[in-house]
Amino acid sequence: MITLNHYLALASILFCIGIYGVLTRRNAISVLMSIELMFNAANINFIAFSKFITPVFLTGQVFAVFVITIAAAEATVALAIVILIYRHHKEINVDKINFLKW
Amino acid sequence: MFKTYFPIALLLILVLGMAFVIVLLSRFLGRRIPSKDKLSTYECGIEPTGDARGRFPVKFFLIAILFIIFDIEIVFLYPWAVVFKKLKVFGLIEMGIFLFILLIGYFYIVKKGALRWE
Amino acid sequence: MSWLTPDINFKIISPELIILIVALLVLILEPLLKGRSKNILPHISWIGVALALVSVITLWNREELGFNQMFILDNFSCFFKIIFLSGTLLVILSSISYLKEEKIFHGEYFSLILFATFGMMLMASSLNLIVIFLGLEIMSLCLYILAGFRRYDLKSNESSMKYFLIGAFASGFLLYGIAMLYGATNSTNLKEILIFTQGFENPLFLFIGLGLILVGLGFKIASFPFHMWVPDVYEGAPTPITAFISSGPKAAGFSALLRILLFAFGSLHIDWSFVLWILAVLTMSFGNVIALSQTNIKRLLAYSSIAHAGYVLVALVAGGDSGISSAMFYLLAYTFMNIGAFIIIIFLGEKKVNLDDYSGLVTKYPILGITLALFMFSLAGFPPTSGFMAKFYVFSSAIKSGYTGLAIIGVLNSFVSVYYYLRVVVIMFMRAPVDEVQKVPIPFFLGLALLFSVWGTLHLGILPQSFLTLAQNSIFSPF
Repeated sequence: MITLNHYLALASILFCIGIYGVLTRRNAISVLMSIELMFNAANINFIAFSKFITPVFLTGQVFAVFVITIAAAEATVALAIVILIYRHHKEINVDKINFLKW
Repeated sequence: MFKTYFPIALLLILVLGMAFVIVLLSRFLGRRIPSKDKLSTYECGIEPTGDARGRFPVKFFLIAILFIIFDIEIVFLYPWAVVFKKLKVFGLIEMGIFLFILLIGYFYIVKKGALRWE
Repeated sequence: MSWLTPDINFKIISPELIILIVALLVLILEPLLKGRSKNILPHISWIGVALALVSVITLWNREELGFNQMFILDNFSCFFKIIFLSGTLLVILSSISYLKEEKIFHGEYFSLILFATFGMMLMASSLNLIVIFLGLEIMSLCLYILAGFRRYDLKSNESSMKYFLIGAFASGFLLYGIAMLYGATNSTNLKEILIFTQGFENPLFLFIGLGLILVGLGFKIASFPFHMWVPDVYEGAPTPITAFISSGPKAAGFSALLRILLFAFGSLHIDWSFVLWILAVLTMSFGNVIALSQTNIKRLLAYSSIAHAGYVLVALVAGGDSGISSAMFYLLAYTFMNIGAFIIIIFLGEKKVNLDDYSGLVTKYPILGITLALFMFSLAGFPPTSGFMAKFYVFSSAIKSGYTGLAIIGVLNSFVSVYYYLRVVVIMFMRAPVDEVQKVPIPFFLGLALLFSVWGTLHLGILPQSFLTLAQNSIFSPF
């Protein structure tokens, strides 16, 4: 039987993988993918809580729908920025885009 | 639990064994005359031109980005459709406003020429 | 399945509606208008903002809930909307001439600023974490694009990307925190969370959730361990956008933080105030100490904005009615003086951002020199400017709540900050002008914005009582 704890464990593992990816990956697209992983970890939490704790109200599930939309919007903005940078630098390695002091 | 899954496990073992035996048999019994065509990944079809990781024009990228935006909005249409009858006219108006705002975005994109291919 | 009929109340969202409609109108008109007729777009935008400001004022002193408790109209949200809208108004007015100079005069600029303002207003007047998150994202997504609006400038591109990566990372934390809070309290409604936190037993989830939310909002308000994006983004972004980022979104972050910490978690003040105490001290000290060695004025103001976030955090630690009202007063004063200082940098252009370029400014542009000096005095906290009054109220609220040590650290920090603010003034007044470039007349709308922010800075400094009463009247009361 899969319980709430299984979902929470899965979500926290995904979240940690996401954080790890953001901190170690140097390619802007990979960083973006890691951020999406973090968002989806939160989504799993929302849906699991909604299913197990408040099955009557759908707050969590509705929130997940909104998060999916926002993640998509964020992805489009990020891809647009990446294209813009690639046109100038021919490079999307985060470490090498460093004209400003970090 | 064991009882319910036992037939499936049995079938799995049988299938795997069968496949294994057939592959082995054909290997030992058949005659092999390798040729260039036979060893290629796809024996028939069109010859691949260039690397699959080749670059695409950035126009595809733009279309893909626009696609993501309009694609995701469907997410809101499904839950709306489920309770459509309960919402009555109110739901229709709300969704109309939502789609109208999207339409403004679409209008902007078209007018800006983001969808023009040339 | 339970069924709630949505209670739609267009009256209470009228300021938001005005901003949204104007933003959409600008977006539609942008591709339709050609050439010189595009000049009308900024005027449509600022008139829209002014209308929204009027409608906020007409909604003053009303308390109404709407949209299934998703949206709340109270004086607290109205006060913050006044902060956002006046910031937006100043930014729009001062960026007209700048955009033409930089050859990036596009209608999208104004549309995005308005959408960002819409997001902030949503954040300030929401009782539900879903709407707070949505507002935050609407605001942030617009700002990411705006930071990279000088498309052909590498610095601008880079600042946009850094802002995006770090901002989205922070949103991930915030979202996970909200999920945890939802799991712990079974609700995303702040009122229900409030009822839950008043109980005797609080699960671990609640504190994990609150911690993650603090991290997420900490990035947005640029408090100490989460500040590293600030200088780079401020330096690379177009100057009007830097002014915008440093005022509105910061205030919006604080409005959400105030609602979450002092409203929903008000009964757990002892538990979180210690963490915030440390954050406030570190934020103030870090911002001020690093700002001492800056030579680029945009970076200097970036570190100064980190320090100012620290001062507002002091008010949050103090809590209570005086803490909330002093934080709000501080944010209002900061909006005027900070955007005011940026207006002069906007006028001087993107190439003159080193402190040396400001030498002898007062002989060349006497008005600009004197007003910049005024804003610097105000940021440093000299009487009779708004900065002094704001700091005075914040520190006295800290002392009132028994955080005397924190107030002393804050005062010492403002002494440190005097050095780098006065350095700018000294460079302007004492040194000879470096170049003999043609003197440019001050554009009308930029001058208007400057006048408005000078008025704000002086009015809040000399006659603070009226606005302080407003702030005191706009404290949310626990239901």
